[in-house]
Amino acid sequence: MSKKKISRRKFLVRTSATGGVLLGAMYFGGCGVVKRKIAGIANTAEAPYTGNTDDPMIWFEVSPDNKITLSSPKVEMGQGTFTGMAQLAADELGVDIENIEVKHAASDSGNIDSFATGGSTSIMSLWVPLRELSATMRQMLVNHGAELLGAEPADVEVTKGNITAKGKTLTYGEIAQKVTEWKVPKTPKLKNINDYKYIGKPVPRVDLHDKVVGASIYGIDATMPDMLHGAVVRSTHIGSKYKRADISKAEKMPGVVKIVVEDDFVGVIANSYTEAHNAKDAIQVEWETDREWQTEDIEKMVEVGQGKPVTIQKEGSAKRVLANSDDVISLAYKSPIGGHAQLEPNGALAYVDGEKATVMLSTQVVKITRGEVADRLGISKKNVNIIPTFLGGGFGRRLHTPNAVQAAILSKAVGKPVKCYFSRKEEFQQDTFRPPTHHVLKAKMDESGKLIEAIEHNVSSGDVMYGSPLVPRIAQPLIGSDVGAWRGGMIQYSKIPHYRAVSWRVKLPFATSWWRALGLLANTFAIESFMDELAVKAEMNPVEFRLAQINDDERGSRLKKVIEKAAEESGFQDGVMANGRAMGFAASTDANTPVAQVVEVSIENNEIKVHKVTCVIDPGLAVNPDQIRAQCEGAIIMGMSASMYEKMQVVNGQLTPTIYGPYRMALMKNAPKEINVHILENAETPGAVGEPPLGPIGAAVANAVYRITGKRLREMPLSLG
Amino acid sequence: MKVDFKLNQKEVNVDVDENTPLLWVIRDVLDMKGTKFGCGKAACGACTVHVDGEAVRSCSFAVKFASGKSIRTIEGLSNGEDLHPVQQAWKEEIVPQCGYCQPGFMMATAALLDKIPNPTDEDIDKNIVNICRCGTYYRMRKAIHRAAELKNEAS
Repeated sequence: MSKKKISRRKFLVRTSATGGVLLGAMYFGGCGVVKRKIAGIANTAEAPYTGNTDDPMIWFEVSPDNKITLSSPKVEMGQGTFTGMAQLAADELGVDIENIEVKHAASDSGNIDSFATGGSTSIMSLWVPLRELSATMRQMLVNHGAELLGAEPADVEVTKGNITAKGKTLTYGEIAQKVTEWKVPKTPKLKNINDYKYIGKPVPRVDLHDKVVGASIYGIDATMPDMLHGAVVRSTHIGSKYKRADISKAEKMPGVVKIVVEDDFVGVIANSYTEAHNAKDAIQVEWETDREWQTEDIEKMVEVGQGKPVTIQKEGSAKRVLANSDDVISLAYKSPIGGHAQLEPNGALAYVDGEKATVMLSTQVVKITRGEVADRLGISKKNVNIIPTFLGGGFGRRLHTPNAVQAAILSKAVGKPVKCYFSRKEEFQQDTFRPPTHHVLKAKMDESGKLIEAIEHNVSSGDVMYGSPLVPRIAQPLIGSDVGAWRGGMIQYSKIPHYRAVSWRVKLPFATSWWRALGLLANTFAIESFMDELAVKAEMNPVEFRLAQINDDERGSRLKKVIEKAAEESGFQDGVMANGRAMGFAASTDANTPVAQVVEVSIENNEIKVHKVTCVIDPGLAVNPDQIRAQCEGAIIMGMSASMYEKMQVVNGQLTPTIYGPYRMALMKNAPKEINVHILENAETPGAVGEPPLGPIGAAVANAVYRITGKRLREMPLSLG
Repeated sequence: MKVDFKLNQKEVNVDVDENTPLLWVIRDVLDMKGTKFGCGKAACGACTVHVDGEAVRSCSFAVKFASGKSIRTIEGLSNGEDLHPVQQAWKEEIVPQCGYCQPGFMMATAALLDKIPNPTDEDIDKNIVNICRCGTYYRMRKAIHRAAELKNEAS
């Protein structure tokens, strides 16, 4: 489509109310009340889309054969966002979904997301803008098509990418070929939701065929002519500093093209992946380490009371009530360091050609990757083109892309494209881990002994938001608490008279950061295990115990509905069932999406076996029920894996294990044979899907195990010992 | 060293260090990217291919052992446009999410069905031991049973 002489106007002016409030609140940061307000906003705010929302020309391309390419600023990492976007676009464009091809927007296309792909925000934030862009695109084609047919736009009929007037038909492709000067019209009124053909339907994934025949291209599959391979020397011990390297042996290794030593950067360029890594392993590096960290040191650091506290939630006077009571129940829970362990290691292919750079990679932060490469090379951002590929797993791991810069340094040194990827050992050691956590929960029951009078959640965690390039460094102390670490850490039982949550921040000596759903898994594990313990103490059914302590406001009633539905669909029973199994219950609210899960568990050969999971989610309007189910199934299995098997250790200064197997993860044999997902739609717009269903599973399993064994497992990964 | 083998029924010959893992020969010398690198230690199965019909983790299989053998990768699993029953079932159940580990799983499944045409859940648990981080195991199990049905119908 020609881009000549576009008359543009801002027809979609959108300001973010949330952003304004956040900025305003940050201005007064430092004050405890304000920090709590910010936390409250962060807990319930809907994320606005912060990229382009007003220029259909950079989103769509119409080809002569009437195919439409949708250039996506969001990346596809398995969450199904390409499919959701194709559905939104197809319905408003008035075309068959088969005629839409979604591809990643390269940064030089101008269609760049100023935030990231993450936080379960893509479809939620694009719900209005993408439909408006699509409707505007359709209207533009209709207007120009009508002109070509000598008709009025109002008299044109649109069917499946064709417009008809006065007995004549033109395809969108034919119109696009003929128009030389596009006029962007006013955004037309969006269609009625009931008239949508794709939105709300279980449309198969648009990337399904390619993924089944092995044709999808991931970062590690990218190639360029004359490409070489790189590997970079990395420290294997926490906190160690580079002193010097002896490259004499490595230089003589087969296939080595060049070894680059710049300050503390030592990298190899070779003809193949194996040659690059073999040569890198042959470099003798001297490191300086002043301390050999152990797991126990780290666990001590994250104990509640060690770091900096910020009160993130306060209703009533929980602190006073708990301090003045002598029958307070206080229990502690903890979670380990978790690896991302996504199957495609991190890396990048970069080509630095003079003042220009092209980088292909799996990234969740196209804009940040571009900025980092430009800064390191000292060239303009305009001269750096980031071409995102499919991601072989995201899970927050690709919110950090230092490999892009490293590949660029190596490419610049040889003037050829260089692809530089982690080995699996490096991937494990250089991970930006899910931080370990420690939780202290306190509660006092009321006089009846059936309801909670006051409850307090203290969560201590390594950093998630702090140190992340996603949040400007200057804003981090102003926000005050680590919004990633405490995610899921607030009390959702709003009818309790006094409740309070406190987030304790700890900077650990190794990188910790975003991991799918952030703090949700560990925080829900702690809170929902504790709720179960209180229910048992109150001699109440755990479902009824929860329902009795939730307000009937909008948020509360949505939560109640998922809890009731989960109990009903699972036929929830409290206690051991006739077949020796037991059910466990837990619920969470994350990013406004409530989820309840019931698991059916048995103990076999001293191992916990999960047979069946019932999951009820209310993400609001369900754009693609099949992919919502897929996200729930996947989150349940990933959450089981993390809460039942996974644990990184720190041994003599090294993060370990560094290979699958010893880093135990859920396999086929561990996956439940039955997962029943039920979707409620008690909100008019689409909400978060990718992360919320990860919340309850750990606690649900632990609660079931208690019913069989009488043993409380208060530590992830759950172990019967 | 020169090594000759069949790749997806075509004769190929490569001149590489004999200890180069078959995975990298397939990916970087023969430029077929469907077979994935996951760990390099035969621990995840992302690189699974067939060597004379056996499922093999190609990251830990030196190319010299491929000499004279018949190798099949995901690109050779279908017969032209006709998808293999495993691929067909994977589509019906909409298994892939990120999709990265899926070629390895499909290759492992295809080899399993050649040995055990009607695998039980226990057979699946014992033989399908690759790793999927997106957690698609639930749909995969359904797809494996469905693939067995499709394959039996076809034969």
